[in-house]
Amino acid sequence: MKKVFLSACTLLSLMKLQAQQKDSAFVPRKLHIDEINLVSSYYHQDGNNSAVTGGIGTEKLTDIANVLDIKLFRYDRKGRKNNFGLEMGIDHYTSASSDKIDLKANSSASSADTRFYPSVNWSRENETKGSTFGGGLSFSNEFDYQSIGVNVLYAQKTRNRNGEFTARLQAYLDKVKMIAPYELRSPSNEDVEDEGWKNRNSYSGSFSWTQVINRNLQVAVLADVVQQNGYLGLPFHRVYFTDGSVHQENLPDSRFKIPVGLRANYFLGDRFIFRAYYRYYSDNWGLSAHTADLEVPVKISPFLSISPFYRFYSQHAVKYFAPYGGHTGKDEYYTSNYDLSTFNSNFLGAGIRWAPVNGVFGWQHFHMIELRYGHYDRTNGLNSNIVSLHLQYK
Amino acid sequence: MKYILCAACTGLLVASCVNVKEYQKQKLNDSEMVLGNRKIQKTETSFQVYREGASGANGGKTGGGCGCN
Repeated sequence: MKKVFLSACTLLSLMKLQAQQKDSAFVPRKLHIDEINLVSSYYHQDGNNSAVTGGIGTEKLTDIANVLDIKLFRYDRKGRKNNFGLEMGIDHYTSASSDKIDLKANSSASSADTRFYPSVNWSRENETKGSTFGGGLSFSNEFDYQSIGVNVLYAQKTRNRNGEFTARLQAYLDKVKMIAPYELRSPSNEDVEDEGWKNRNSYSGSFSWTQVINRNLQVAVLADVVQQNGYLGLPFHRVYFTDGSVHQENLPDSRFKIPVGLRANYFLGDRFIFRAYYRYYSDNWGLSAHTADLEVPVKISPFLSISPFYRFYSQHAVKYFAPYGGHTGKDEYYTSNYDLSTFNSNFLGAGIRWAPVNGVFGWQHFHMIELRYGHYDRTNGLNSNIVSLHLQYK
Repeated sequence: MKYILCAACTGLLVASCVNVKEYQKQKLNDSEMVLGNRKIQKTETSFQVYREGASGANGGKTGGGCGCN
């Protein structure tokens, strides 16, 4: 009897163990909300080198941007994690320089616009193999610009899960509405709606390698190869020649860009994080640039952090740039767009992030709130301020 | 000379890699340690793409998709 009892106990234990093993392997296949993010920003800039008026005149611009993004996931029959992302963005801006497409107008239709940009993406992660495959679609629409984007990505982690290689291919098929400065339109073609559209296509390959160095340090090496074809200027940008004549900006119909970047994030002690970034950029229009960025989140408590940041940027102008009245009729290509001129810029600010364990204001699913302010100064006079708010629901 | 220095630094960094187990990644998994731009930087990155000639190599836009450079 004792042997029977012991055998029954052993059998029951084995059955229970087997059931536990099954339970631990079980993953729910229902669609789950991973997180919902809302990012709202207010941006204001001012300067006196507007490309619409040939490199002189106001660059005053205000933009209000809102982006809602929803991340979902579910596991399939083979235990692979499927991630779904839906994003919806709306920007509304008012621009004093765009208003000068018609120099006589006090307030024209081009003084304000709304940009609408939804996107969807999907990726499938095989957690056993450490590989991810995915893709996405995007769309953007504003009065004078339309864009359709498509991308595919593949990522592979190393066997010890401390390194990951990612390759992403992207294509943007864009259209620019040919809105000429008012005085350069033919008398029979003053209605902007009749001036048609031109294509601008951008193809890029983005590659990155991320590596854990130790428990506190991880780095990423990033490189892109970008080819753009089509109409690459903007039709309402004026260029004034030395003889006083006015022309539409004219730029080559091809541009090849190579940016290379390095990121390093280091957790010092229990309170300080150093987020460093450097990028070198070069293209075949002659523009080269260096970007250096350092952000130092300081953890006041496990749930509250303050993040001062500083970014330095320096660029050398494209070979087609000259200021107002600087181009001659001998120039094949010409622009007075100061965004493509030689300058340095400084961007300085701070953010505050609060993610209490019981949720923001005691609401458990209201996971995090973050506020960030930055001031931007360019050596050619343009300056701007930006305030952003990020709310996260989990 | 600078290429040799870069290669030496990279070599040194790779050589100093240690095998970190998942349960040892508490700090690396902190949301502020993410190796990329954070969500709140979305509009900042966007205005920089408009106001500067360079873009890309930051996990975001490389060109196209907006009336920018």
